[in-house]
Amino acid sequence: MIEQLFTKAVLVGILSSGIRLATPYLYASMGETFSQRSGVLNLGVEGQMLLGAFAAFYISFTTGNLWFGMLAAIITGLLMGLAMAFVSINLQAVQGISGIGFYLFGLGMSDLLFQKLLGTVETVSGFKPIYIPWLSDIPIIGEIFFNQNILVYGAYFLVVAAWFVLNKTTLGLKIKAVGESPQAADSLGVSVSKVRYFAVAFGGIMSGIAGASLSIALLNVFQQNMTSGLGFIAIALVYFGGWRPWAVMGGALLFSMVNSLQLWVQVLNIPIPSDFAVMMPYVLTIFALIVTVQRVRPPSALTKPFERGH
Amino acid sequence: MKKLKITLIMLLLVALLFTACGVEEAEVAEVVEEAVVVEEVEEEEVVEPTEPFRVAVVMPSAITDLAFSQSMYDALIAIQEERGAENFEIVYSEGMFVVDDAAAALRDYASQGYDLVIAHGSQYGSSLQEIAPDFLETSFAWGTTVDTFGMPNVFAYEAKSEEGGYVNGVMAAMLSESGVLGVVGPIETGDAKLYVDGFAAGVAATNADAQVNTNWIGSFSDVALASEAAQTHIGAGADVLTGTAQMVVGAIGVAEENSALWFGTQSSQTSLASSIVVANQVYHWEVVLKQMIDLIEGGTYGGQYYEITLVNDGLEIEFNADYALPDDVKAAAVAAVDGIVDGSITIFP
Repeated sequence: MIEQLFTKAVLVGILSSGIRLATPYLYASMGETFSQRSGVLNLGVEGQMLLGAFAAFYISFTTGNLWFGMLAAIITGLLMGLAMAFVSINLQAVQGISGIGFYLFGLGMSDLLFQKLLGTVETVSGFKPIYIPWLSDIPIIGEIFFNQNILVYGAYFLVVAAWFVLNKTTLGLKIKAVGESPQAADSLGVSVSKVRYFAVAFGGIMSGIAGASLSIALLNVFQQNMTSGLGFIAIALVYFGGWRPWAVMGGALLFSMVNSLQLWVQVLNIPIPSDFAVMMPYVLTIFALIVTVQRVRPPSALTKPFERGH
Repeated sequence: MKKLKITLIMLLLVALLFTACGVEEAEVAEVVEEAVVVEEVEEEEVVEPTEPFRVAVVMPSAITDLAFSQSMYDALIAIQEERGAENFEIVYSEGMFVVDDAAAALRDYASQGYDLVIAHGSQYGSSLQEIAPDFLETSFAWGTTVDTFGMPNVFAYEAKSEEGGYVNGVMAAMLSESGVLGVVGPIETGDAKLYVDGFAAGVAATNADAQVNTNWIGSFSDVALASEAAQTHIGAGADVLTGTAQMVVGAIGVAEENSALWFGTQSSQTSLASSIVVANQVYHWEVVLKQMIDLIEGGTYGGQYYEITLVNDGLEIEFNADYALPDDVKAAAVAAVDGIVDGSITIFP
C-alpha cells in the first residue's frame, strides 16, 4: 500500500502542494529574518498576517481589483511594522511581550473589521495559476513548479532577493551589524534606529503579503483567525533556518512537504492513524530544529534594545 | 520615564484589543442596562413584570462561519423571532477558540443570572463541569455530547449528523462519475465523525465500488490545510467532495475551481459556491432548545439529553435550488430520508 506514494501522480501532488503550502511561511519568515537579523524579535507576525489578509480580501472584494488588495495588505503590514518598530526601538519595550500584544491586536481587530464590514464569509476570484511558455510544459517539473499563481513565484523570488540583500549589499551588512553589535555599528556612523526601523517595517510588509497570499491567492476567502498559528510557525522557521534565507526556505519546504505528505497518506488509506499523520510535520520539524539549532548562533543583540552609550 | 511609556503603550494595546473583542461585552452591557430600566419602570407603575427569557451562548468560531457556530446562532434568532425580542434576549461570545477564555465567559454569564448559558462546543465540557456546580439556579447546555455529568442543571445536546451524512452520501455516490469521493474533516470526534461515517455508509449502500477518501486535518480552524486537503482529493481523482466544521470554506473554493460537487453540513453553504453545492444538511437546534426552555420555565434546570434528528425536524436536507439535481438522485435522497425516518434504513448496522 505504501508503494502508492511513489507513483508519479502522487509525487507531483505532494511536491506541488508543498510548494503552495510553503508560500505564506516564506513571506512571513523572510520578513522576520530581516527583523531578527537587525536585533528585533517580532512575535506579532500572526496578527500582522491576519490584518494583511483582511485588508487584501476586503479591498479586492469591494473594488474587484486584486492589486488594490495587495496594496492594502502592504500598507497595513507597513503600518503594523512601523508600530512594532516604534514600540521596540523608541520605547524600548520588552519585544516578546509587545509582540504578543500586536498579535492579539491583529487577531481582535481583523475579526472586528470582518464582522462590521463583511458580516459573513464571502469569496473573491483570486490570483490564478500563470502559464509560463515552455517552462509550464516540461513534464513533471512544469506541473510541480510552473503551474502556480504569481504570489507563489514571488515568494521564491523573495528568498533569492533576501539572500542577495543580506549578503551582497551594504544595507545587508548594516542590518547584520546592528543585530550583532549595535554599539560598534553606531561608532562607525550607522544609524541603528533607522536600520532597525527599516528591517521591522519590511518584516511587517512581508507579513501583510503573507496574509494576502492566503486570502486572495491560495484560499480566496477571509475567515476569523484563518492563519491558525501559521505566523508562529514562520517565526520558528527563522530559528530553524539559523537566520539564513536559504535554510529558512528549506525549513518551510520541509514542513510543508511533510504536511502535504500526511494529507496523501490519509487519502491513500495507508494504515497510519490520522492523529499520528497530523503530528508528522511538527515532530519532524522539532527533530530537525534540535539537530540544527546547536550549529547556529542567534544575532548577538537579538531582543536587546539599543541605547547610545550603554 | 521609559517604564511609564512602555506601560502606557501596553495599556493602549490592551484597550484596543478589548475594543476589538468587545462587541459581545457591549451587547451584554446594553442588555443589562435595559434590564435595569425595565425594573425602574416596573417599580413606578406597579405592573406585574414579564421577565424576558435570557440566553447566553459561547461559541468557538464566528456566528457567520457557515457551519457549527452559525447553526446555533441561527437557531436562537429563530426562537427570538417566534417569541419576540422583548421576551427573548440573546447575548453571545464568538471566536472562543481558547478554552480558558470560554470558561471565563461562561462563568461571567452565569454570574449575571442568565436563564440558560450554552457552551456550544464539546471542548468546553471540562470547564462546564467545574462551573455548573457553582450556579445551581442557572441552567447550562452543552454539546455536542450525550453527557450531562449527572448534574441537575446541565442539559446535553447532540446532532445525529450521520443521518444527513448518509443522505448526502447516497446523492454523492450517484453523482460521482469517477467513483472517488473526498471528505475533509477536522478532528475525528463528535458530530464531525458521525457525519463522515454516515456519509461513507450512504456511499457504500448506493455504490459498493465507490471509494471514499477521508482526510482528518487535525484542526477546526486551519483553512489553508483544509483547502490543501481538498486539492489532494482532487489530485486523487475525486469529483465530489464534502466536509464538516468551519475550516471547510477554503475547501469549497477548491471544489469550485475544479468543478467538483460539494455537499455541506451544519449550516447552508450554498452562498459560497451556488454552482457546485448540491445539498446541505442544516442543523435546527431550535427544536431541542425550545424543549429545554419549556423545562427551565417549568423549574427543571437540566439533567436531560437531547438530539436533533431527521425525525424531529432538527435536521433538514436543504437542496440547492440553483443546482439542477437529476430527478432520480433527488428521489433517492427523499427515499433515504423517509427510510431513516421510518426506521427501514439502519445507517450503522
